[in-house]
Amino acid sequence: MNLSSDQQILWQHGFFKLDGTIVTTWALMLLLTLGSWLITRKLVTQGAISRWQAALEIIVTGIDEQIGAVGLSPPQGYLAFLGTLFLFVATASLCTVIPGYLPPTGSLSTTAALALCVFAAVPYFGIRRQGLAAYLKTYVEPTPIMLPFNIISELSRTLALAVRLFGNMMSGAMIIAILLTITPLLFPIVMTALGLLTGMVQAYIFSILAAVYIAAATVVRKPKSTGQAAPMPAA
Amino acid sequence: MLIDWFTVGAQAVNFLVLIWLLRRFLYRPILKAIDAREKRIADQLADAAKKRGEAEQERDALQLRNQAFDEQRAALLGQATAEAAAERERLLGQARSAGEELSAKQASKLQAERAGLSQALARLVGEEVMAIARKALTDLATANLEERISEVFTRRLKELDAEAKATLGAALRNSAGPALLRSSFELQAGARAAIQTALDHTFPAPVRLQFEIAPGGLCGIELSAGGQKLAWNIADYLGILQGKLNALLDAQSRPPPAAAPRPEPVKVPGAVPAPQAVAV
Repeated sequence: MNLSSDQQILWQHGFFKLDGTIVTTWALMLLLTLGSWLITRKLVTQGAISRWQAALEIIVTGIDEQIGAVGLSPPQGYLAFLGTLFLFVATASLCTVIPGYLPPTGSLSTTAALALCVFAAVPYFGIRRQGLAAYLKTYVEPTPIMLPFNIISELSRTLALAVRLFGNMMSGAMIIAILLTITPLLFPIVMTALGLLTGMVQAYIFSILAAVYIAAATVVRKPKSTGQAAPMPAA
Repeated sequence: MLIDWFTVGAQAVNFLVLIWLLRRFLYRPILKAIDAREKRIADQLADAAKKRGEAEQERDALQLRNQAFDEQRAALLGQATAEAAAERERLLGQARSAGEELSAKQASKLQAERAGLSQALARLVGEEVMAIARKALTDLATANLEERISEVFTRRLKELDAEAKATLGAALRNSAGPALLRSSFELQAGARAAIQTALDHTFPAPVRLQFEIAPGGLCGIELSAGGQKLAWNIADYLGILQGKLNALLDAQSRPPPAAAPRPEPVKVPGAVPAPQAVAV
């Protein structure tokens, strides 16, 4: 039994190979891109808008509001990364209703790739926001003793991101596969519905955690007060 | 091995490509459309606010114009009212003066008519009285009125008091020409002689007389010389009668008061009571 699409090797030439994960990912990319292009090619800015445009606007503005709620400002600067993260994971989960479909997020390679992207995005946004020195200084705060612990924290949370998503998605696919062998009729459908809910929750959790990590790295710390209160200006 | 590092790299690249694709085909167009719509709504709101401000300004200007118009209308109305009142006063004064002038004319005309009527009446009464007296004397006493008038004039001449006699005598002496004796009738020779005799007896100096008949005069004899005059006629009696007639006419011409009782007609003593009031 294939628990991961990584094991579906379609083509291989030395180090290079084409497995099911990559092909499924390409299909999802095509679906997202083609759907977006079909809807956004005829956007209207006045009068009545189409339902598809309204749906896309709801999705985009909803993601934008969530990013703003985490504390990232302006949210448009982080929308492409975090929004794509959420949409990719959510779409991968939604497509589990297709028979024979194995989500690419059920592959540890994919989740590790996404976690590595987050791992790289955190210093990227942090340095872009507060500069290299200020960002690196956050690793030795509050004391330089915390430097190894901060580095371990960065690595461990990246690992946790990858394993959490992989575990949830893979476990869902595995449960469904097991139940199909035991009770092939109704019960897998219920579990598939539950898997949809779990997948959406995991997409939200993955995106929010990435946003929180980025927000923690982009916080501009104010200089410490000298303890001497400034004289109050005369009223 | 759960992790295939080639797949990891490929998925990372795929993810980055997906980021670019979605930024190109999803986020940017959607955000652009939302921004354009928000900008259009903001423009519409700004335009509405601008139009509202303009409408308020026009409303204020219209109110000011209406207020000025009302004030101007009130001023014109007041001016027209004042002019109408002045014109009314002028027309009333004009009508009043015209009425007064007409009333004065009518009063003057009435006065003239009354004077003429009075004179005609006096003359008629005098002539009638003389005719009645003449007829009465002739029928009852077989006497002539003219002769009796001459006798009475002669007797009165003789009975003059001293002062009148002196005054008249001086006038007769100082007169250059003869004294003028006027009568309303032809004096007979006997009467003329009696008067000449009486003058001669009354005044020491001889008196020359010039007899003259005064047609239309009152019945009587009048002696005038040097600005002095001695006359005896019925003019005094007729004057009294004329005065009473004038009083009667005045009473009849006055409008009776609204609540006052109608006055009784003035009765002339000695006259025949008239059954009707004299109408002028």
